[in-house]
Amino acid sequence: MSVAENIEPQTAPDILQVNNIEVIYNHVILVLKGVSLTVPERGIVAILGANGAGKTTTLRAISNLLHGERGVVTKGNIVFDGNEIHNLTPNELVRRGCIQVMEGRHVFEHLTIEENLLTGAYTRKDGGAAIKRDLDMVYNYFPRLRERRRSLAGYTSGGEQQMCAVGRALMSRPKMILLDEPSMGLAPQLVDEIFEIVHALNENEGVTFLLAEQNTNVALRYATYGYILESGRVVMDGAAKELRENEDVKEFYLGVGGEGRKSFRDVKHYKRRKRWLA
Amino acid sequence: MDLLFNIFVSPFIEMVTMPDFLLQVLWEGFVSGTLYALIALGFVLIFKASGVFNFAQGIMVVFAALTLVGFHAAGLPAYVSLVLALAVMGFLAWGVERVVLRHLVNQPDLILFMATIGLSYFLIGFGELIFGGEPKSMITEQLGLPTGSTTIEIFDGIVILQHLDIAAAAIAAILVAGLALFFSKTRIGRALRAVADDHQAALSVGISLNQIWAIVWFAAGIVALATGIMWGARSDVSFALQIVALKALPVLILGGFTSVPGAIIGGLIIGFGEKLFEVYWGGLLGGGVEGWFAYVIALIFLLFRPQGLFGEKIIERV
Repeated sequence: MSVAENIEPQTAPDILQVNNIEVIYNHVILVLKGVSLTVPERGIVAILGANGAGKTTTLRAISNLLHGERGVVTKGNIVFDGNEIHNLTPNELVRRGCIQVMEGRHVFEHLTIEENLLTGAYTRKDGGAAIKRDLDMVYNYFPRLRERRRSLAGYTSGGEQQMCAVGRALMSRPKMILLDEPSMGLAPQLVDEIFEIVHALNENEGVTFLLAEQNTNVALRYATYGYILESGRVVMDGAAKELRENEDVKEFYLGVGGEGRKSFRDVKHYKRRKRWLA
Repeated sequence: MDLLFNIFVSPFIEMVTMPDFLLQVLWEGFVSGTLYALIALGFVLIFKASGVFNFAQGIMVVFAALTLVGFHAAGLPAYVSLVLALAVMGFLAWGVERVVLRHLVNQPDLILFMATIGLSYFLIGFGELIFGGEPKSMITEQLGLPTGSTTIEIFDGIVILQHLDIAAAAIAAILVAGLALFFSKTRIGRALRAVADDHQAALSVGISLNQIWAIVWFAAGIVALATGIMWGARSDVSFALQIVALKALPVLILGGFTSVPGAIIGGLIIGFGEKLFEVYWGGLLGGGVEGWFAYVIALIFLLFRPQGLFGEKIIERV
């Protein structure tokens, strides 16, 4: 392989490989039925799908937060940065540079914004000065957090809480952030703002993102690659641009109907629709 | 009419006419209040970090004191015994996390509560096995705690302050201030509060719950040892001391289960309240009200302010 090819973004080495994992909750409920995906270094990859498709479970399987929900990975393996991470505690995983921002923000309500951010640096051993520098970096990306640094996080707005959650993850100096439903419950303008920051962090700080989103439209605008999950399986994947152009994705996830669906095609289409929504 | 007079008038006349006696009562109340506060503090620490009501806190007080006395009886100097007793409490914390909590994570609160009941009976049995069941006296002098008393002449009367009580109040104050600083300023303290707020999120940012639990149980163990020394010095070190620890319950209900300042103020209110009530109103009810007064206060609080005076602010955004 030539050097020139290596620089191509498409052939960037994978930072994360999820190979055919199966997840069972409470010993009986099979939620993921063999999901595989890869995330290239410095990429933004989106996992898309409806409620209950298994997006959150996939992220939790990677970050090893499944245990708390009585879930367990029963098959397959997950490789992050060249190592199997399947048996690591979240604590160890954060140390190695992979951190999750949970769905619904989960800020520490009774801590101030600044204290919230500092808890993100819990696993770091590189001293107060470096942490202080990163705190400034986070405040530069999220100027609103600087204004509200002394407020209890529980009293800040939903957008500010989401920013706080992302900023907190950033404080651990991660290589990769697993971002679960960043748009949940936020006004469209705020969603854009947050995705802009995700984009900037990816460009400037070299952070890789794997995000789970129901808001397909926004996610595909910012991601480079996407996987579509349905009832615990990947049903389609491709470059974000291709997915945006795909008729089925347009119809079922972006809500823009294809024109001229008439007669015989409608029948085929209906069958396909049934498969999508099953 | 007589009854009303006895309830609403004569106690206050008594207070005003004998202010020195009132001061003495208040001082006694203050001292037992600080000790209640110390016990309650042990509960609060563990409850905050793991949501477990640690039924074993009372027996931990006895166990810590017994260990200290036991090491001394074995011929070790008092301060060495103190350090070793601390080490034993540390080991206990580590063991509890390893053997009990780690395996019960994510179980309902009730199961964890039952586990602490089990733990307390284990500690009773284990303690009796090693140290025997008979009461022992605390090594007060050997630890360098003062034993005399000071008599203050005031309001044409006297107030007697036991030096031990002064030391108890001072040590309690130092412990509480130290813990408050630890909670608000250090990295581990911040992590403790984070865990108290949201387990899952704490886990997600890489805080190790196991580590945090061991630390809080150790902190609770330190508090238990301090309480054990102080209570032990006032009476004896025996398993009956754990009954005193139950007084922490009304204190907690008053102060709120999650609040360190609440534990302190709750302890003081109960301490002052039960002494005053016993002395000035107890006669009307035939005496012995000190035993149940605190629980009645707790009951009233449960009816009107169940989160306690300083319970966790329930954050509601509008």
